[in-house]
Order: sequence, then C-alpha cells, then structure tokens
Amino acid sequence: MSKKHHVTTSLNGQETEFLCESRQSLLEILRDQLRLTGAKEGCNNGNCGACTVLMNGVPVNSCIVLAVEANGAALETVEGLACLGHLHPLQQCFLEGAALQCGICTPGFLVTAKALLDKNPSPSEHDIRFNLANNLCRCTGYDKIVKAVQAAAKELQATQK
Amino acid sequence: MTTQNELYLGKPSYSVLGRRPVRHDGADKVTGKALYTADVNLPNMAHGKIVRSPHAHARIKSIVVSEALKVPGVFAVVTGKDWPDLKDKVAVMGEAGTVNLMHLGANCLAIDKVLYKGHAVAAVAAVNAHVAEEAARRIRVDYQVLPSVTWVLDAMKDDAPLLHPDLHTDSMGKKADKPSNVAVHLQFEKGNIADGFKLADLVVEREFRTASVHQGYIEPHAVVAMWNEDNRLKIWTATQGAFNCRQQTAELLQISISQVLVVPCEIGGGFGGKIAVYLEPVAALLSRQCGRPVKMVMQRNEVFEGTGPTPGSFIRLKLGAKNDGTLVAGEAWLAYDCGAFPGGMIGPGCMCVFSCYDLPNARVNGYDVLNNKPKTQAYRAPGSTQAAFACEQIVDELALKLGIDPIEFRLRNAAKEGTRRVDGPVYPRVGLVECLRAAQNSDHWKSPLTGKNRGRGVASGFWFNIGGASSCSASVNDDGIVNLVEGSTDIGGTRTSIAMQLAETLGISAEDVRPQVGDTDSVGYTFLTGGSRVTFATGLAAYKLGLDLQEQMKQRAAAIWECDPAAVQVLNGVYNHLGRSLTFKQIAAKIAEHKLDPVMGQASVTPEGSTNSFGVHIADVQVDPETGKTTILRYTAIQDAGKAVHPSYVEGQMQGGAVQGIGWALNEEYFFDAKDQMRNASFLDYRMPTCLDVPMIETIIVEVPNPSHPFGVRGVGETPIVPPPATIANAIQRATGVRMSELPISPARLWKALAGQAEEDGPEPCGERSS
Repeated sequence: MSKKHHVTTSLNGQETEFLCESRQSLLEILRDQLRLTGAKEGCNNGNCGACTVLMNGVPVNSCIVLAVEANGAALETVEGLACLGHLHPLQQCFLEGAALQCGICTPGFLVTAKALLDKNPSPSEHDIRFNLANNLCRCTGYDKIVKAVQAAAKELQATQK
Repeated sequence: MTTQNELYLGKPSYSVLGRRPVRHDGADKVTGKALYTADVNLPNMAHGKIVRSPHAHARIKSIVVSEALKVPGVFAVVTGKDWPDLKDKVAVMGEAGTVNLMHLGANCLAIDKVLYKGHAVAAVAAVNAHVAEEAARRIRVDYQVLPSVTWVLDAMKDDAPLLHPDLHTDSMGKKADKPSNVAVHLQFEKGNIADGFKLADLVVEREFRTASVHQGYIEPHAVVAMWNEDNRLKIWTATQGAFNCRQQTAELLQISISQVLVVPCEIGGGFGGKIAVYLEPVAALLSRQCGRPVKMVMQRNEVFEGTGPTPGSFIRLKLGAKNDGTLVAGEAWLAYDCGAFPGGMIGPGCMCVFSCYDLPNARVNGYDVLNNKPKTQAYRAPGSTQAAFACEQIVDELALKLGIDPIEFRLRNAAKEGTRRVDGPVYPRVGLVECLRAAQNSDHWKSPLTGKNRGRGVASGFWFNIGGASSCSASVNDDGIVNLVEGSTDIGGTRTSIAMQLAETLGISAEDVRPQVGDTDSVGYTFLTGGSRVTFATGLAAYKLGLDLQEQMKQRAAAIWECDPAAVQVLNGVYNHLGRSLTFKQIAAKIAEHKLDPVMGQASVTPEGSTNSFGVHIADVQVDPETGKTTILRYTAIQDAGKAVHPSYVEGQMQGGAVQGIGWALNEEYFFDAKDQMRNASFLDYRMPTCLDVPMIETIIVEVPNPSHPFGVRGVGETPIVPPPATIANAIQRATGVRMSELPISPARLWKALAGQAEEDGPEPCGERSS
C-alpha cells in the first residue's frame, strides 16, 4: 500500500487532521474521508467550479488541489458559511432571490462570492460577473445569481455601518 | 374545436399563486446538506468504473477480463454478455420517445459492436474508485475497427457505413427493402402546397445546419445500486423520472418492477438527458455479482462522450408569402441525428417547425438518422430549437424583403385558437399573439439601438407541455401543517410550485405545506419530469388532492359542530356554519381531541394531450468584425405562463433556457476529428456560457389561461430554449447583413462569413446572402 501523508489544516475554523495518499485531491478527501459533501464534483479538471473551497481566503478548485497541499492551510467550505444557526447573507439572498434551481453549483457559487465580498464589499455587476466566471451554472442563466450577490453585498454593508 | 376538458375556474385573484415564497428545499441546498446521488455513502460500498470504446465504430472480437480480476481489491467485472436475453420490446419514455430495450441495453453495455467513441463495453467494481480505474485499464478489448460516419447527410448516403445492418427504414409504417441508417421517415401535410406556393408573391428557401450540443448539466450521471439477497434491488440515482428508471432497469434485468425501488436523490440538472438509464442497470449487475452496494459516478468526458447530445441536423425550409405579408405555403425537409440507436427527436422537430404559424398549406418530411455519435437524448424542447432556427430566419427574411416589421409580420400569421398544426392537432386557447403584442410594447423593442455593427433580432418559439400520469398524497398534522408527498423529481423548484397549488386550493399558506418527493415505494405512479409537465400535471393532482382534503376537513368541522357537512361553507381556508367559524389549523388541532379520524388524502390524474406554450425573444447584439465575436448587449424573453405559480421560478426557467440557447447559438458544438472522435470533451473546450458572457436576461411573463388547468397553469420549462439561436441569427443579420445558416455562429464561422470566404471544412454556406 502506498505511504500516506499526515496533513493538518484549519477546516471551517476547526483544527482537522487527515491521512491521504499523494494522488488524492483535496475534493476527494473532503467528500469521501471528512464527509463534507457540500463541495461537488462536476468535471474533476478545474473547469466548472462546483468544488470551489477557500484556501487561505482564496477560491480554489479543490478537484485539482492535492490534499497534501492543504497542510497548514485555512480551508473554508460551504458547510462553514452559516453561523450559529444563522444563514450567511449570501445564503439568505440566494434563497430569497431564487438564485438556484437544481442547486448543484450553488455551494461553489456561494464560496466564490464570499471570497469576492470579503475582498471587495461593493463590487460592480462586472466585478461580480468577472469573479464568478470560474463557476458554471446551467440552470439559471446567472441573472438571479448576480442579483443575489448584489443584494448580499448591500446587506453586509448595511449591517457593518 | 378543442376536445380537452375545460377545467379553468377563472378565479379573479389568488392568495398563494403569484407570490414568491422561499423554496422548501432551499436551506438544504445553500448549506451543502442536500443529498445528491454522489453524496450517498453506504456501508461496505464498492465503486464501479466503466471501460469505454476508443473507436467510433468497431466490432468487439473479444474481451479478456482475467488480468483485471487479479488486481487486489477488485470484486466484479461485467460485460454485455451479462445481460439477460433482451427481447425486442419497446418502452415509452415520454418526450424522449420510445425505446427498444435491446437498444437501450446495448447502449448501457455494448453487445457485439461499439457504435461511438465512449460506448460502454465493460464495467468493474472494486474497493475504491482508484482500484476500479486501475482494473478497468487491465481489461483487454480486441476490436475490428469499422468505417464510421457522424454528419447526418453523409449517414443517409447509400454507401454510408451501416450501424445496424438489420435495420430497414420505417416510412409511414412501411418497411424499406434495403437496410439503411435512416430509421424512420415521417411526413405531415395539410392543404395543397403546390396551389399554395402559386399564390405567393415571394418565396424564400434556405438550408440550415446545426451541430450536436450537450445538455450540460453540472452533475455527472451517478448511481448507487444495492442488489439484496432477497432479490430486491434498491437504486439511489440522479433521474428525471424514478418510475421510468424503475421500468427501464427492471425490463433490462428481466425482473419485476416491484422488485426495484428507486430513490430519486436531488438531481443536479437534467434538461432531458437524465431520462434514459446508463449506469443504473450496470451498477445493479455489478452489485448482484459482488454482494455489495455499488456506486458509480461518471467523469465529465464520459458525460460528453457516453451520454446523449441533442441531434445535429440538416434542414431545408421554404416559405411563401403574399406582398401583404400573409403566409400561404411552407415546406420543410428535416434530417436529425439519432446517434447510435433509433428513436431521436425528429417527431417533435416536424411537429414544431411551423407550429407558430397559421399556415394554410404545408408539407413536412422528417428523417431519423443513425450515425456514430452517442444515442441522442431529449434536450429541453427536443427538436424544436433546430426547427425554429430555420423557420424563424426564413420568416425574418420574408418580413425584411417585404418591408414589414418582423413582429407585425408574425402577428399577421400567428397561430391562435382554432389553428390546425401541420401534424393535425387544433390549438385551444394559446398565447402567441399576446406574447408578440407584449414584445411590441416592451421597453426593449421600443428603445432605439444605435451604433456600428449592432443589430436587433426577434424570434418566436413553441413547445407542447405534455400531460401524463401524476400522483400525490398528503396528511394533515395536529399543528395544521400539511405533509405532501409527490412523485415528480424536483429539478428546479417544483416541490414549491406543486405545494403552492395545494395551499391555494386549501386556502392556507405555501409555508404551511411541507412537500417532499417520494420514492417508487411511497408514492403513486408519476411520469417523468419532462415535457414541461410537472407544475401543470402534478399541480393538477395537488389541486384534486386539495379538494379531497377540504372535503374531509368539512366533515371534521361538521362532526365538531354536530351539523350536516353539506351545510359547512369554506371561504379562504375558514370553515363556517351558522355564524361559527374555525380555521384550517383550528380544525386540525381539534381532530385528536374529538377522537376524529386523521385527515389524509391522495389524488392521481392523467391529463391527455398538450397544452401548448409560446414565447418570443428579442436580442441586441454587437459583432466584432475583427474577430467574428458576437456580444449580447441586451436580451428579453417573453413567454405565456398561463398563470405563473411562482414568478421567480418562471423567470428562472426563461432566463436559464435563454442562456442555454445563447450557448447553442454562439459557441457550443461537438467537434469530431477525421476518426469521428470528439475532440472537446471537457468544459474547457466545450464552451458553455459563463456569467461574464451574458447580460441580465429581462423577462416579461404573459398570462393567457390554459383552459385545461383549474388555475390556467401552463408548463414553462422548455419553450425558452427554442427562440434564442434564431433570435441571435436575426440580430446578426441586422448587424452585418450576413445571414448565418449554421450553428453555432462561432467567432471563426462568423468571421469567415464576414470575410466572404467559403468555409474550408464542413458544409458550404448556402442560400443567397442578404445585402
């Protein structure tokens, strides 16, 4: 059997350890070993964004990040977005704005959008479209996703004032 | 005029319909908790992998599996030899048409021949996906490679390589003498086209070509199958129809449908591509062999190369009009791929091609053509988009040449109540005229468009909205919340649109209904999610269920009041008798206290026929003459929803369909090389629109009640993909003067057309070029 690597990460704020093979992707470890199935596999080659998680605050396609690369990193997944029983404003705006249909791409969009709003609290429509262009959605035509991110940005700004 | 039942109640206002409640499954889906098939993990579960053909067409000489079985951790291997004897039996699969089970089985695991690159030939189950992959690589398949063909017109030639040497064309019920790749020839006719064309002052004829495109759902096909020692087979899967999946799987495995339980998990998009089974029966065979549950998940290249694209097509279309803009005759000749096995989308293509027009004389010939592509599957209004790409451009050209506004031209000829479609049916009340008027009155159409290389296009589209069987059941809790179980898998928010119709009927709020999708053991038979049928047909079942529950609540109220149930009046969910009144919730709370029977009900319906949906789209484009790239500046989708149950999700269907159509128009296509291998089987190279490629999609919902639904509801899901390619082609014509007759209108193709160059590869552009 192949030698396994010992990896320590901060996963949604909690120190988490796992063992992985060199060939295993971060997505595979998250889903199959840590049982965090919120990140989805849509293409397994970094083109659809359904597996997006934040690594040290930066959105990455976890299907093309090796699990060993996560050693020492801070990881955030969709499971970490809601806090103490409260949805994140992005999640709330996605619900109220009907920004999802089948829902398979939604975790990736939410995580990518969070990274954007963390960095740029008042993005233009173009900023939003540019930053979300790594994530494919086949159901919505993106209209309601973009509007939900706009609404969440407004709400976050209002609560911070 | 219409044979359909007039069910429309004509309520002047609604308390629930038209509101925008948060969907009931929403919190699960924004927190990552919703369970999709690939998220299912069972104890002792094995992982399966398919071995696929590297050739577009080949005879399988031998398959050697011994080396694979030696890999530590391998549990089972199956090939086409493991199928039971598959009889020539036909199963109905809704809008996907009918399918011969022999063909369906051979598509899941090849028998004797492989018919396209990516065709499944064997499958292996192992301790994990990596070991399964390793073992799959060690399965040796010896092929005799055969000549192949992928372009529909080439496949029709007499000397074309034959996919099924025993297949003879079925031409209007008659079998041809010689074998052919043409599986079916259809013809529809009305009036007399020779006389009709004589009346025309202007006739325009052109040829159109469209490439194969994929549904592009983000969730790859996935399944977990568990064959138990009691011969019960349990399947968790991503399917558009749990009952249809059950039927196909049971028939392929030659077991009774009641031995199979299908649990429909959340489904990550389908668009018609998740109706036919692929992995389900294979995973079942593996599970039976190894005694463990088996999970299989496709990779993206397997989805592109092994599952159904929509037909590539060739269409020749001719329309004649008088100088005043009256259409007098039309003729269409359509050849659509069906891929490796018969049963493509040519039927609906023929029915839809002239469906937007009151055309007195018409003839349509259609051909279902086999070629070495994956078996085509339904894709959102299957067959209609290609047909509209042709027809709506000819209509546009007639309007342009006759100097008539393109919407005005369409209004003069629009299909309406009483119009007979070329394939026979006569429309009941439909909303095309209202959609065209809404387009005319829209801010978009009224706003000027200026600037170089810019143009505005418009086009109409049609899809049927089928009926079919739907079931649901419900129980009323003590707290007055209604638990609803319905049989339609929910792809885009239909739990909520069905729950809202139950709530409307009962006079309670949408939030007071808790809907869930049942598995095949826990809800009555329900036909698949497709054909824009769910909100219409399963909604009709929910309405009927609501009437039953309301009647029972009246009886409980009467028992509490000790009066005649017939004397209890219900108004907006409040039950009244001689000045006494109880709300729905108050009655629910008293049922146990008064030792009355619990309230539960069930309903099933089978509405027949089609309820017809029309839409009109407007697009403003800008073409970059340097690169041939088309940018969508503004886009508006207008559609008749009958009654929009949840307007946000109606808009969502319109916007999503429009953007899929924009992808089809401008970028998406299967590239085949000289060996008929797909060369762009990834999301990097098969370019679906991203959010940076499209603007906001404006929507205008028109409401012309559907006479065969109590609230006037029409299905809305499919029509919005129909107009976009024609709309954009018409806009490009206005921007550049060039009429594009081939999809996609990719930058390279448009650049070449602009440069006046003939295409180097593939078909020549045809028809005259407008100045």
